[in-house]
Amino acid sequence: MQLDLVTSLYVFLLAAFIGFEVIRRVSPLLHTPLMSLTNALDAIAVVGAIILAGEGKSMLAKILGTIAIVAATSNIVGGFLITDRMLKMFKASGPRKP
Amino acid sequence: MFASETILEITYLIATALFVLSLKWLSSPVTARRGVLAGEIGMALAILGTLLHKGIVDYTWIAIALVLGAFIGVPLGRVAMTAVPQRTALSHAFGALCVTMVGTAEFYLRAPNVPRFMMSVLSLEVILGALTFTGSLMAAGKLQEVLPQRPITYKGQNFVNLGLLAVAIGIAVILVLQPDKTFLFPFMIGIPLVFGVMMIIPIGGADMPTVISLLNSYAGLSAAAMGFVLGSKLLIVAGALDGASGFILSVNMSKAMNRSFTNVLFGAFGQEQVSAAGAAEARPVRSASPEEAAGILAAAGKVVVVPGYGMAVAQAQHKVRELYDALTRRGVDVKFGIHPVAGRMPGHMNVLLAEADIPYDKLLEMEDINGDFAQTDVALIIGANDVTNPAAREDQSSPIYGMPILDVDKAHTVMVIKRGMGAGFAGIENPLYYMDKTLMLFGDARNFVGSIVKEISGDHA
Repeated sequence: MQLDLVTSLYVFLLAAFIGFEVIRRVSPLLHTPLMSLTNALDAIAVVGAIILAGEGKSMLAKILGTIAIVAATSNIVGGFLITDRMLKMFKASGPRKP
Repeated sequence: MFASETILEITYLIATALFVLSLKWLSSPVTARRGVLAGEIGMALAILGTLLHKGIVDYTWIAIALVLGAFIGVPLGRVAMTAVPQRTALSHAFGALCVTMVGTAEFYLRAPNVPRFMMSVLSLEVILGALTFTGSLMAAGKLQEVLPQRPITYKGQNFVNLGLLAVAIGIAVILVLQPDKTFLFPFMIGIPLVFGVMMIIPIGGADMPTVISLLNSYAGLSAAAMGFVLGSKLLIVAGALDGASGFILSVNMSKAMNRSFTNVLFGAFGQEQVSAAGAAEARPVRSASPEEAAGILAAAGKVVVVPGYGMAVAQAQHKVRELYDALTRRGVDVKFGIHPVAGRMPGHMNVLLAEADIPYDKLLEMEDINGDFAQTDVALIIGANDVTNPAAREDQSSPIYGMPILDVDKAHTVMVIKRGMGAGFAGIENPLYYMDKTLMLFGDARNFVGSIVKEISGDHA
């Protein structure tokens, strides 16, 4: 499915605005997890790579697509894992366990 | 056939919504973990939907690649918290690698008949992807200290770098106009690969927060460009979100250092300051032993700890937590003042202190804590230097003049834990150390804090 230039630009523009508004509200406290989370979400590029490797239109596309899947999957798995690990550590003060 | 296409589009739509919600929930530590879950569900839906795509004829390579990627990803998700900056840089490199590979494959599948719009976004995708790939690898290398952290500069460096970038863009323009010149395509990848390396060579450790953010932004933009090429709205949105996030962080970091992007990328800060450091002379400082420091801290009502990269290097965060516990038990009010560029990436100090089990409501940002210093008995600085330098506020001739700092010099007593009298990253003298109310605590941060804790707990028992 192909998008035309104008539709793509609209999507990009609106997403960028939403991104600015939402991310401006993220506390600096969580800027490290923010970076690892956006990084994991960015690895959604894996869908393009899956289609390339799976369609097998050419050997080159298959090889490059496979490398791309490996790279993106490691970001997805590693990114979500470490973000959750970091967020688990943030605790409010109050009665603390001994 | 039409129906399956529609289902796939709806799956992507749901994933898009979940991605936006994921970032929205990240705004507070209370809802943040729900954000991660939303992101994971969105990702799983999108991948499953794609796997059912009718065009896919062979699953072998996909399966192998997914498993291999997961095998690499798990250890990358389990690194120590001190290694998070280099892990982040590495993951920017992986993201960029993925985008560059897909862009290259798409070009050769379509060449020589690539419409101009398609070729433009494809060029953007691979140029940004390639320079982010090597740039991030270099940044990771510097952070892991397998590469020298010191900025390396030479004459005409900026000219060489800008020249490289100009040539790459020139090639892109030719390809847009004449896409049948396929032999040019490898150069359009190779030159940005070299540029990525050259771009990071002159950048020093303390500029890493800005550079990592900038690379984050590039990685996002290249993914968005890939979305344009593939006609994937989901990818455009994810890339735009990542790009926006990296951009906001870069702006924050630059502001916190009172510098522009161009200054970070073309300034090579450390090099410029050599002359300023020459003015250093032997002036008297007051130093104190752990016993004396413990006495003052234990008698204080309000203490603000200012951590810096030195705390991370000395792995002192757990000792700092013990100090926090010991002082809190005695009724001392302990807070932490965190400068936006403390550490090697945005939010670095917060993660280290949270890992050491310090409650996040005790971690205050610069704007929130600066008003408190006048009522603070002791400001304890651990491994931070330039972010506490009052010259940034007062001395117009100082190279860091104008940079927002933590006003630790307004506290009644200032204590600085430091290895020796060496100047900070930028090689700038810190007049704070020569003030009458400043006590220098010379030693390794972890051992020194440990000794203080022993003293405090000892006479408490």
